[in-house]
Amino acid sequence: MAQLTYRDAVAAGVAQEMERDPNVVILGEDIAAAGGVFKTTVGLLERFGPDRVWDTPISEQAILGAAMGAAMTGLRPVAEIMFSDFLAVCWDIVANQIAKTRYMSDGQVTIPLVVKTGNGGGLRFGAQHSQAVENWAMAIPGLKVVAPSTPADVKGMMAAAIRDPDPVIFFEAKGLYPTTGEVPDGEHVVPLGAANVVRDGKDCTVLALGAMVPRALDAAERLAREGIDAQIVDVRSLVPLDARTILSAASASGRVFTVEENPRLCGWGAEIASLIGEECFYDLDAPVVRITTPHVPLPSADVLEDAARPSVERIASTIAREMAR
Amino acid sequence: MSATVAPAPPALDVETREALYRSMILLRVFEKRAHDLFLQNLVKGTSHLGLGQEAIAAGFAHAMRPDDWTFATYRGHNHTLARGADPGAVMAELLGRANGVLHGKGGSMHVGDASKGAMGSYAIIGAHLPVAAGAAWSAKLRGTEQVAVCFFGDGTTNIGAFHEALNLASVWKLPAVFVCENNLYMEYTPIASVTAVPNPAADRAAAYGLESWIVDGNDVEACYGAALAAYERARAGRGPALIEAKTYRHGGHSRADPAAYRPKGELEAWLARDPIETYRARLREHGVAQEAIDAFDAAALALVDRATEEAKNGPLPAPESVTTNVWADGGSAWRN
Repeated sequence: MAQLTYRDAVAAGVAQEMERDPNVVILGEDIAAAGGVFKTTVGLLERFGPDRVWDTPISEQAILGAAMGAAMTGLRPVAEIMFSDFLAVCWDIVANQIAKTRYMSDGQVTIPLVVKTGNGGGLRFGAQHSQAVENWAMAIPGLKVVAPSTPADVKGMMAAAIRDPDPVIFFEAKGLYPTTGEVPDGEHVVPLGAANVVRDGKDCTVLALGAMVPRALDAAERLAREGIDAQIVDVRSLVPLDARTILSAASASGRVFTVEENPRLCGWGAEIASLIGEECFYDLDAPVVRITTPHVPLPSADVLEDAARPSVERIASTIAREMAR
Repeated sequence: MSATVAPAPPALDVETREALYRSMILLRVFEKRAHDLFLQNLVKGTSHLGLGQEAIAAGFAHAMRPDDWTFATYRGHNHTLARGADPGAVMAELLGRANGVLHGKGGSMHVGDASKGAMGSYAIIGAHLPVAAGAAWSAKLRGTEQVAVCFFGDGTTNIGAFHEALNLASVWKLPAVFVCENNLYMEYTPIASVTAVPNPAADRAAAYGLESWIVDGNDVEACYGAALAAYERARAGRGPALIEAKTYRHGGHSRADPAAYRPKGELEAWLARDPIETYRARLREHGVAQEAIDAFDAAALALVDRATEEAKNGPLPAPESVTTNVWADGGSAWRN
């Protein structure tokens, strides 16, 4: 086991697959010579050379269009969109082209590509560089959507995403880039579509994603001191969704909370709450409670951003209050 | 700004000339039939016909290698057929049948046949230019000397993806050929009234470090010649080309448009330059007998008649197919 940062795990996952498959290439703004503005592609240019690691102009439509055209014709591109907010400037390519072309052609073409993107807040960058937009991607049929929370999962799920024959939107939690964790040595692959129970607990189930997972774990420690034994599930993969693990956890504990960084309306937790309501309503002891960023653009000032995103304090106090009802 | 005429074709043999004609006449008969079938309400939704623009599709396709790629717009019947897609399968797609080339999933605006290199029709203006650049990038990286050829209308030159794709293709010296079919109208509006330069594509070529090529889009041999020159350059690693083909849309933008906005006499003037009529005359000048031309016409008609029957008699898609082929595993499951 090696200790890696979340950001180094991104490069490690890409490198593992570039080593394994000569058709894997990577492109994006500042990703080659500079190693990425978030340093998630450091060393790739030196190791794999300029034929496989490409700096692009500031042209998000061209980046993702090029990735799509390359994927349709035999390559397995990894395209970086520096901030997930920028998906808005190339959303046609994502939502209309990459997501739909396989279906519209009834399988004539496949589009095996990965869009990796820095997602979410915590860096005080304001409303256009801090959004958590995993729910945008989840709403489009034809996209797989994952958001790992640990360096091990970053490496392993990046590998699985690159090997996957379908387009995968890979959300990297910007706020977690400097965090460290153990990553298994040797080839490491974590299948998509598998939630991970990261803390056992019998009193309630807390479903969290990306940067909210470590906060939920910290909240669980506080709750434990108050006598509440919370189970934490790292959802990890929104599409495909590990409904089986989530529903069985919900049925077992009877109390479910979601912790979502995306703004409230149509957040990923809404779909899961709906699923739980439809499929295990009678196992519940109380309604599902969603802990989200309020339905506002994310503000810049540190105290405001901290007030907006679900904090350890808000997660713990909300759960404690609801459990006391 | 000085646009230049694209390179002229080499001396063509009679077989090539006949092949160019046969391709054009098939597209013409097919599109007229598609129009008839709309009027009979057998084609649902909308459709954008390429009547009048056949020389571009035929000329550029005939110069391709079988493994080159075509990326087309929603006005893509011509380009798909010109690559050799089965007319019956394309017609069946327009009629929403299970034997359609996309099994009813795509429809008129998305026809394609990847097995023939026709990589689909894209119905959002500009979107397929970067995608074609990506295919060209793949050819370059894999050293296959394939060319990606992207067709689009004059209106596309005013959307951002045009700029992004041209710049990227030029900077990366990609084997991509961008063909602007300037038919004078962006949908219902004269292109000249919404564009800063007189030649929407050619006048912008310099911005991407490219030569400015204009070709008579109603002259199939001129299109063929421009294509040969552009593909040769691309295969040799000399980068992309941007070619503006001047042409005219005989009909409206789409099924819903009677094109009443066109000035009086404009259509008639362009009909006098119809790519097929004028090429018939040229074939005769080159010694092709009228009987031979008539036989090509009859063969195209027979092919389209058969395609029409195949389409009309085709089975309807099974409702269960709604949920197939979202994913590469053939299904659409989003959960376990």
